Amino acid sequence: MEELDVEPAITNIPAASDGKHLGFAWGPGDILAYETLYMAPGCSFIHEVRKDEDIYSPILRKLFNESHHIFVGLQTIREDLPSKNKKTQFVSISKNYRSVIRACMEELQQVLQKWPRNMEIRYVSILLAIELIWNLCEVLFIDAAPAGPLLLHLLDWVRLHKGDVDEKAREVLQSESPAEHHDYWDVVVSYVLQGRFEEARQMLVKQATLQPAARNMYKLMDTLLSKMPFYNPGGTQTLTEFDVKWRHWHEEVDRCLQDNSFASNQHLEIICKILVGDEDTLLEHKELLSTWYHFLVTRLLFCHPTVKPTELHYYAQSCMTMFLDLRSVPEPLDSILLAAFEFDIHQVIKDCSIALNNWWFVAHLTDLLDHCKLLQSHNLHFGSNLREFLLLEYASGLFTHHSLWQLAVDYFDNCPEFGHVYLELQIERVPLDTERKALKVLRICEQRQMSEQVRSICKIMAMRALRNNRLGSALSWSIRAKDAAFATLISERFLQDYCARGTFSDLDLIDNLGPAMLLSDRLTFLVKYREFHKLYEENRFSEAAKLLLSLITAKIAPRSFWMTLLTDALPLLEQKEVSHSAHCPYLLLYHLTCLVYGFIVFCYGSSCKVDQLLTSLIKESVCRFAGLGPEGLGTPKV
Amino acid sequence: MESVNAKYVSQKISKTRWRPVSHSSLQQPDIFATGSWDNEDNKISFWSIGNHGSSGMDEGFEGDPQLLCEHKHDGDVLDLQFLDQDRIVTTSSTGAVTIFRHHQNSQTISVSQRWPRVHRYPCDNAPCTGVVCSSPEIVTVGEDGKIIVFRADQEGVIRVIENADSSTIHAVTYLRTTEILTVNSIGQLKLWDLRQQSNSPSQILSLSGDRLPLHCVDRHPNQQHIVATGGQDGMLCVWDVRQGSTPFSLMEAHSAEMWEVHFHPTNPDHLFTCSEDGSLLHWETSTHSDMPSFLQGGRNNSMISRSAMAPAGGNQSLISTWLSGDSSKGRLETTHMLPSQTLSVNSLDVLGQCLVCGTDGEAIFVNRQVPV
Repeated sequence: MEELDVEPAITNIPAASDGKHLGFAWGPGDILAYETLYMAPGCSFIHEVRKDEDIYSPILRKLFNESHHIFVGLQTIREDLPSKNKKTQFVSISKNYRSVIRACMEELQQVLQKWPRNMEIRYVSILLAIELIWNLCEVLFIDAAPAGPLLLHLLDWVRLHKGDVDEKAREVLQSESPAEHHDYWDVVVSYVLQGRFEEARQMLVKQATLQPAARNMYKLMDTLLSKMPFYNPGGTQTLTEFDVKWRHWHEEVDRCLQDNSFASNQHLEIICKILVGDEDTLLEHKELLSTWYHFLVTRLLFCHPTVKPTELHYYAQSCMTMFLDLRSVPEPLDSILLAAFEFDIHQVIKDCSIALNNWWFVAHLTDLLDHCKLLQSHNLHFGSNLREFLLLEYASGLFTHHSLWQLAVDYFDNCPEFGHVYLELQIERVPLDTERKALKVLRICEQRQMSEQVRSICKIMAMRALRNNRLGSALSWSIRAKDAAFATLISERFLQDYCARGTFSDLDLIDNLGPAMLLSDRLTFLVKYREFHKLYEENRFSEAAKLLLSLITAKIAPRSFWMTLLTDALPLLEQKEVSHSAHCPYLLLYHLTCLVYGFIVFCYGSSCKVDQLLTSLIKESVCRFAGLGPEGLGTPKV
Repeated sequence: MESVNAKYVSQKISKTRWRPVSHSSLQQPDIFATGSWDNEDNKISFWSIGNHGSSGMDEGFEGDPQLLCEHKHDGDVLDLQFLDQDRIVTTSSTGAVTIFRHHQNSQTISVSQRWPRVHRYPCDNAPCTGVVCSSPEIVTVGEDGKIIVFRADQEGVIRVIENADSSTIHAVTYLRTTEILTVNSIGQLKLWDLRQQSNSPSQILSLSGDRLPLHCVDRHPNQQHIVATGGQDGMLCVWDVRQGSTPFSLMEAHSAEMWEVHFHPTNPDHLFTCSEDGSLLHWETSTHSDMPSFLQGGRNNSMISRSAMAPAGGNQSLISTWLSGDSSKGRLETTHMLPSQTLSVNSLDVLGQCLVCGTDGEAIFVNRQVPV
């Protein structure tokens, strides 16, 4: 048993009274807790403790649905594509996921503008953090940029997640005299720190026009800024060439500093020091940098632009230590990002799983990384690999939701080892209020050959229909499940109804069953028996007699009905049509007599009433065919 | 075909319907209503795609549907129809039928009239599965096998046909002003004449093979004897109710239940179907000079027409393109209207050049340039 990573969280159940004992039972995603007293009986409340509230948020639901769509698309990427094409596809899928997160964030922010006290405010920071981590993982793991482009990607990453610079800049530019705005230099320095030299230069021009005397200084700064080399991934320049160029530039900036070219202007001096990569100056601007990873990227920009991926973690660790106070405890986000810089994917996933309430992020990220073949197959104690474990956890959580369970089905489908079993267990617990929902669940089961579940669902629906006296519905459910036993049950009900009332109910059903009547013997008998009645009503007696004969000989009639059949045969024998046709009456009689004897021997024992009926039957038939001797009938077989 | 974007709405959509536009104006529809299902709190919502004064719109502005207003609904919305410009009728899984009124000025919705628990079993509620209306008359059907006739603005029900069906009735539509058609879960199409007082159908038509449930029915807008149905196996059946008791032709359309079938109201050579398998198909018959017909067993469209008989006698120019015998002329084309596989498409509606559909993936798709 492994050690605990963190202390377990404590959840208070507000409605439970103090001092009472609590019992509990695990559910698929929730816990049911109830008060219990060892002595006295009776407990008043059951409390449902939900671990995951996120799936009930209406805005996050969009996240789940859209990402489900992307997930399903990801699974269908063909294995045989060359790896270069696959990488571009994976990067674009990663960007899709991120754009979904951003869309959710934007919508949340819009909602919060209208209703600032909305409970969903906590999701904004979570989504921001998630997108930050995902973006970094995309840069480092999926895109896996080598030295050179790596820094450019990291710069993009930082710029994307530091939106307040643009806001401040807008404010400054919209003021009457931008160069005199109190935030002006902050904006310029922020631009420089982010490597956005074009914008920085444009801002500096405004200051330069205000101070014509210092024009040369500004011109020098402008030149320095414009000459900083940036690596061009598409170009022909190699990394070494770029490195040489950069060093030249760096030396030039250093010279300017040594020459005190900017000594008279404090701000330009600061900018020059930043350009040369002076750590102390950078650290003085902690407020503008605001995060240690911004500091890291800036430092790399100005000190080691050709940083290799494998060297990142040295700088990351040192930057974090330099930036954060000695006393402050690193937040979960910081340790996750650090783990990412160290290329420790498993640590990232583990830390995220602990820090976040919902499995959405780790499940989707791990799945994507697994497709990129970045996860070593890491067998866990419980038998499946990491990706499958996380997907199963996520999908099981979805299944507890009254509506999102449909999404979970696709996730289970893509877990090769245990997905099917999980689905079998979970799908039976979906409540079936309407036929339409039952049909959808059935379709899911049928497509996956889960015949047990199909049978059980059809049986539930059929029983319900039967209880409400909807025999046609019940029959259509048993036809779907090909459940002969249930069809027999329903036919019995019909026949009982007939015996009780003398007429058939639901004629539209029985008359129009078609090939479905062959599902069970009893059902076939029912349909044929009704047909017999129809033929009799239409006065087509010889056909009716033939049908009755075949019913008796085929022996599909239930025992309880043999008496009824015999009684039905009687009036037929009266019909001229029947009695004058050549073979029919004798055969009929022959079989009738066999049956009668069979009855006596096997079923009824001796009973006065039965004896009377049998005797009268035999008497009548003998009277009618008085002309025939027993030889004509042959010897009845018992 | 222009690309169709999804709008995610955080509720599974069970029905969508366009608000009817007056025939005199040539406007495209701009407002549609949706109903949700399988939520703890279900809702009906009205949306706008802002087609008013379309010339003022920016190029490239896709016009995502905007939510105008919504209202809580008790139980799943199993069917929804516009009664007139402002009112919709909905049927619920609790067996209730409700009329909601949309107040355009204040963009609010209020309950105008309600008949709770009209569809029920002796000791339980029965979901009310379908509704059709021709103002002021409303006809509903349910899982309890009853057909109930109401009038808007009148309390109580006008008429109940008890035990109209021994199985669940899935959908209902008008054949003529006094005749309705229902489909049930044992594959039967029943014709009812509401003028008669009897409680049995005037005609029963059924499939010839397996009696699989039929889920949807729609009548040809101009030729009232032609009816299309869709069922559990995804087959599209076209029937001629004047003759024969079996379908005129069957076409394999989808690989799972077909939930809705609609003829285009003004251009009936076009038919639309949507299904549990996540696809929405647009069927188009095209006539070939003066011999209207459609392809029998078009292999390239993976469709097999099982039976097609030439109607006895009859003037060929009056034969609809949906019913014909001559197999070699003319074409039936099908196109998928959604960009990629989604979860089940539960509902669709088409009016003019606009198509709207709702899925179990909690998304609404609107296509404003349907090629009709």
